[in-house]
Amino acid sequence: MTDQLLYAAEAALNGLMAGVMYALVALGFVLIYKSSGVFNYAQGVLALFAALTLVGIQKGQVPFAHLINAMTGGHLETFPWQVPALLAILLTAGVMVGMALIIEKLVLKHLVNQAPIILFMATIGLAYFLEGFGDVMWGADIKTLDVGLPQGINETIESVTDSLLGYGFFIDNLDIVASIVAVLLVAALTLFSQYSKQGRALRAVADDHQAALSVGISLRFIWVLVWSIAGFVALVAGIMWGSKSGVQFSLSLIALKALPVLMLGGFTSIPGAIVGGLIIGMGEKLFEFWIGPLIGGATENWFAYVLALLFLVFRPQGLFGERIIERV
Amino acid sequence: MFYREAGDFKTSYRADSQTFPIRLDRMGFWAAMLIAYAVVPFVIDDYWANAVFVPFLIYAIAAIGLNILVGFAGQVSLGTGGFMAVGAYAVYKLMTAFPEVPFFFHVILAGGVTACVGVLFGLPSLRIKGFYLAVATLAAQFFLVWLFNKVPWFYNYSASGQITAPDRTMLGIYITGAQTSAVAKYLFCLVILTLVALVARNLTRGTVGRKWMAIRDMDIAAEIIGVNPLTAKVTAFAVSSFFIGIAGALLFSVYLGAAEVGEAFGINKSFLVLFMVIIGGLGSIFGSFAGAAFLVLLPVFLKNVLVGAFGWPTDVAAHLELMIVGALIILFLIVEPHGLAQLWRIAKEKLRLWPFPH
Repeated sequence: MTDQLLYAAEAALNGLMAGVMYALVALGFVLIYKSSGVFNYAQGVLALFAALTLVGIQKGQVPFAHLINAMTGGHLETFPWQVPALLAILLTAGVMVGMALIIEKLVLKHLVNQAPIILFMATIGLAYFLEGFGDVMWGADIKTLDVGLPQGINETIESVTDSLLGYGFFIDNLDIVASIVAVLLVAALTLFSQYSKQGRALRAVADDHQAALSVGISLRFIWVLVWSIAGFVALVAGIMWGSKSGVQFSLSLIALKALPVLMLGGFTSIPGAIVGGLIIGMGEKLFEFWIGPLIGGATENWFAYVLALLFLVFRPQGLFGERIIERV
Repeated sequence: MFYREAGDFKTSYRADSQTFPIRLDRMGFWAAMLIAYAVVPFVIDDYWANAVFVPFLIYAIAAIGLNILVGFAGQVSLGTGGFMAVGAYAVYKLMTAFPEVPFFFHVILAGGVTACVGVLFGLPSLRIKGFYLAVATLAAQFFLVWLFNKVPWFYNYSASGQITAPDRTMLGIYITGAQTSAVAKYLFCLVILTLVALVARNLTRGTVGRKWMAIRDMDIAAEIIGVNPLTAKVTAFAVSSFFIGIAGALLFSVYLGAAEVGEAFGINKSFLVLFMVIIGGLGSIFGSFAGAAFLVLLPVFLKNVLVGAFGWPTDVAAHLELMIVGALIILFLIVEPHGLAQLWRIAKEKLRLWPFPH
């Protein structure tokens, strides 16, 4: 094989890995959209908030230290302890569940039966709020997140491909971990929604709100549940992205990366989120590799959107989305 | 007592179908115009012009444009920032290429260029609907910003990649550049806003506007009663982008003076204008004004209170501002999802009945 093809294959592999990361964020979107019809723009900020909280708890930061200092003139920084990673993750998951409760109580409950655009705008408001809240609570500086995930180049793959093909592929260990986690997560979510009582209730709500209500399913409980799960997925995404590129504001922008994935895969399909993520991830890396140098590079920002847009023109509901049936 | 149709007799169809059917509304409108044209220019100073009035006027234009698309035609768009960038870069290229043409025509032409781009990105709306379309318009946002960043022709090969507005005059008065007075900026934007509002109001209550609204309410039903979805949607995108392009042109040339595309016309601008439309009220020209005023004034107010009155550090204040803006948006949507315009309508209904409860 020529070198060009090898490089392209490496780019494609890395793209697949990146696609898994996009899919992790897209999963949270799909879960909420399916069960409540809310297009949750705040998913990216949820991931940022989860990562910030995780780092904060782990490092023993005092919440709101900056604000308290500004008001009282004190010099609070950190508690004198560090929390082990696993415990910190559990605590953060707890925080995300609490947040789901609060969001349901303060926001969603009051917006039942509103037009989808209103709910969407409300989640953008929520995104603004959480962004400010996360910064006020934990400070806006860039943080490093380390929960003991392996990082750096995977040497086994490099040496194996080197001996087989004469060129060592560069694959990040973290991406491999992320792929495994994503597979486990999807498996767990599928099992949950297929076989547990709550999961079935969730699917019933997704099918038809009113019918679900009439057989005695509590919509409010389901919403709290689904936002908790989305919060948990956001935590996983936050850990992966945070370990990869640090915890900072730009983390919330991954939501924008997940949107074309959703369009491509369909807003209502969990497998769609994964497949869409893989296609987008690989597509944008290959496009950047082959076409990018010809037109100035940095095409990754828009390529996914244009790809999804062109795709939608031919199939308006995405790859796996439910068929859109319109009646007058 | 004051706010009554009683005694306000209409003797012609023209009078019956006017924009403000009630006399007090008409008086209020002319009073507002009088204040805007004859009072404010004499008292305005640089701070008020730059912090409040000029951004308000420009964002009101953008909000009217987006309201036509989202509120009247029902096509949710998140590409506003990108279209504003088209307006800004079009006016920049025109200003530098044809310096002798009066600046006013540059602005209008920039709107025209944006309308063409808007139509191009609006074509998929025939196939794609709802949130899929909203996300699809993000393609316009990201692609256009990337384009203006990467193709040096658009920023005349300047080393910084920024565009800077050259000095341009109209009737001998500087409109753009460093020597422009606050009054000139204000009046120029005000004239354009007045024109835009007039055109928008008359378009939306005529045939075109009714077609847009039919498409918004249910596009298939509209198609069956004889509204051509292609022309309705494409005209909505064209008119909306035309106004948004004008707003972008003014934002860059009159207000900012120099702009870097990712910063000035990023995704946040799209959301900001969409918020103005939603908070002001979907499908209401008055609402566009109210929403723009609210979201321009709110950060100024918060900054003055948090930094000025409490003396908190600016970064904490900036984060608190984000929180407050977010919370207010949610609160608004919960209390009155139809926006400030709806509050205004309710207030007027109550006034008509006042002092009797029924």
